[in-house]
Amino acid sequence: MTRIRTAALVGNPNAGKSALFNMLTGARQKIANYPGVTVERKAGRLVLPGGETLELIDLPGSYSFDASSPDEEVTRKVVHGEFAGEAQPEVLVLVLDAANLEQHLVFAQEVLALGRPTVVALNMIDLAERDGLVLDPSALSEALGVPVVPTVAVRRRGIADLVWAINNAEVQAASDPKDHNQPHLTLPERRLAARNIAKAAILSQSAEHRIHTGLDKLFLNPWLGPVILFGLLFVIFQAVFAWATPFADALDGGVGAISEWVSATLPAGLPRDFLTEGVLAGVGSVVVFLPQIVILFFFILLMESTGYMARAAFLMDRMMQFVGLSGRSFIPLLSSFACAIPGIMATRSISDPKDRLTTILIAPLMTCSARLPVYAVIIAAFIPNTKVLGPVGLQGLVLFALYVAGIIGAMVVALVLRRSVTKGAASGFIMEMPRYQLPHVKDLLIGLWQRAWVFLRRAGTIIFAATVILWVLLSFPKAGPGESQMDASIAGKLATGLHVVVEPIGFNREMALSLIPAMAAREVAVASLATTYAVDAEDEEAEAEGLAKTLSTRWSLPTALAFLAWFVFAPQCLSTIAVARRETNGWKWPAFMLAYLFALAYLTAGLTYWIAVAAGL
Amino acid sequence: MTLDDLQRGQSATITAVDWSMLAPDEAKRLRALGLDEGAEVSLAHAGVFGGRDPLAIVIGRMTVAMRRNHARAMAIRVEQA
Ligand SMILES: Nc1nc2c(ncn2[C@@H]2O[C@H](COP(=O)(O)OP(=O)(O)OP(=O)(O)O)[C@@H](O)[C@H]2O)c(=O)[nH]1
Ligand SMILES: [Mg+2]
Repeated sequence: MTRIRTAALVGNPNAGKSALFNMLTGARQKIANYPGVTVERKAGRLVLPGGETLELIDLPGSYSFDASSPDEEVTRKVVHGEFAGEAQPEVLVLVLDAANLEQHLVFAQEVLALGRPTVVALNMIDLAERDGLVLDPSALSEALGVPVVPTVAVRRRGIADLVWAINNAEVQAASDPKDHNQPHLTLPERRLAARNIAKAAILSQSAEHRIHTGLDKLFLNPWLGPVILFGLLFVIFQAVFAWATPFADALDGGVGAISEWVSATLPAGLPRDFLTEGVLAGVGSVVVFLPQIVILFFFILLMESTGYMARAAFLMDRMMQFVGLSGRSFIPLLSSFACAIPGIMATRSISDPKDRLTTILIAPLMTCSARLPVYAVIIAAFIPNTKVLGPVGLQGLVLFALYVAGIIGAMVVALVLRRSVTKGAASGFIMEMPRYQLPHVKDLLIGLWQRAWVFLRRAGTIIFAATVILWVLLSFPKAGPGESQMDASIAGKLATGLHVVVEPIGFNREMALSLIPAMAAREVAVASLATTYAVDAEDEEAEAEGLAKTLSTRWSLPTALAFLAWFVFAPQCLSTIAVARRETNGWKWPAFMLAYLFALAYLTAGLTYWIAVAAGL
Repeated sequence: MTLDDLQRGQSATITAVDWSMLAPDEAKRLRALGLDEGAEVSLAHAGVFGGRDPLAIVIGRMTVAMRRNHARAMAIRVEQA
């Protein structure tokens, strides 16, 4: 048989489609507790009991085939067989939230009316039980006329049964490939039917006992809510420094020790310099920030999986409204704190094109995790590790301020854009609030591991490559007697050229040089500084000392602050620009983005420097 | 009376919706979420200072966040407790 057989997961947003997809295929798609996580079609392989495989497709959640945003449009096209280069899926796996059956059955009827072979996964049975609902899957199956399998995706319950049901539906589809189109119902008709079907399937429900109403009273309280949100962010940035320090110090010590050992064992010469100055000083200086990255993501994943993220969006909506953005921009902007690339992709759930464009343009202003190493190394070098107030450390406070600076910058830019280039009426904020959930420890750990791995892979590939190239450019040609290696090298000449441009804003030549490879990825700025100073160092001891220590003796405070301000705004990431090009279908907007961000970076770095110098810092 | 006049904790039935006040995409989304004529709703929360926007509306077993300008398009009949 050469036929490629496919099945697709469809259902309302946040029903647990991706969680099921991961369980069925062993994939690691992002799952999180808010609607609109998946925005693309993703395929995986499902092994059937007979040993054959089936292509399983995970789709964006959808409320209706009458799509109102680009991601819903993807679902409609795939299910109807209109998606370019893709056959219509033979089997549909309709995922329903057992704890919100009445709502999920509305779209379900639209799917069933297609008459395709369908299997229902009655997911989140555990949450239904928690809310005091007892359901009868066989009654539901009878009413819908298709098999219904109760599942708990996150605990692997019902997965084997679901695979069998998919298998049987597939066999049936092969023997009877016609669609059995059913009469089309209008929305009010579907809603009425949904209510009746849900009523028949619910055996009993205890008095509206819902944990989340109590939590919402606290988190959405008009006064306490914002205080809690702000306090939480504050704690996160404190933790990034306080908790990470012992681990970061240990890693730092480890890298230093390896570097010393290499110096002691290898004979002096190019290979040794390459290892100590290029690999260890450069890549090592970035890797030591792994603990900080892990801690940051620990909190992000925690907020995503509990359902707090959607509450944060609710609280922030007023501010978004003020600058002319819709609340729908909130989730893409939040994702951008991890990385602007998924953030820009997530804008596909925004229906209004100008809203979407504005969000894409400001996404790079959210402080992505690649900036963390840059901020952390400068802060460690220049900001004393003192307590300002009780347990509140000054370093964490400065980091918090940098994040806030990015957010304020983004809001101001949005305000200006919405009144000029992307003028138009702001669309509103309509969002289903997910139920609160306790995070699953295993999912959390897997998520952390994935993030750590991505970070290390970047260090091993892009950061490594950029650092090696830089090291070569710095090491040749060799300096003559009395001349510094930096002055003699090709890189030094390049740096001197760029230095002219950035000197007015307080940057020295090493900083100017670091900006060039940092276009590949922001962390490379750190690696580049480390390599530059290592190549230029007179002895091994200076080479092995941490970058923070080197910087603190060589830079003035105003220079360091200007460098921080630069990185709040500068669009130093080629992948972000590439994604912006893809998502806006052309070079016009990415070019605009580059221009305005560099201009902003230059201005703020300059202002910071001049003010700091004037203040006598 | 429209939905944005509802007090916290009060329940009401939506009696009519002026769809022309809403952008087509948003109207679609609200209807898909069941916020339509005949829906029984209650107000759980209103947002922060400065207009108490957005609103958290309970409909069935679900809570939906929406802005006041959406709520203004929906006429309601308040349920007498
Ligand atoms: N308790 C419980 N939680 C579940 C179950 N299935 C999924 N979840 C959680 O529900 C949330 C949503 O799951 P996803 O798989 O991201 O949902 P989705 O349908 O792919 O959502 P979109 O991509 O936004 O359409 C996540 O936090 C999951 O951990 C389940 O059976 N029980
Ligand atoms: Mg998903």
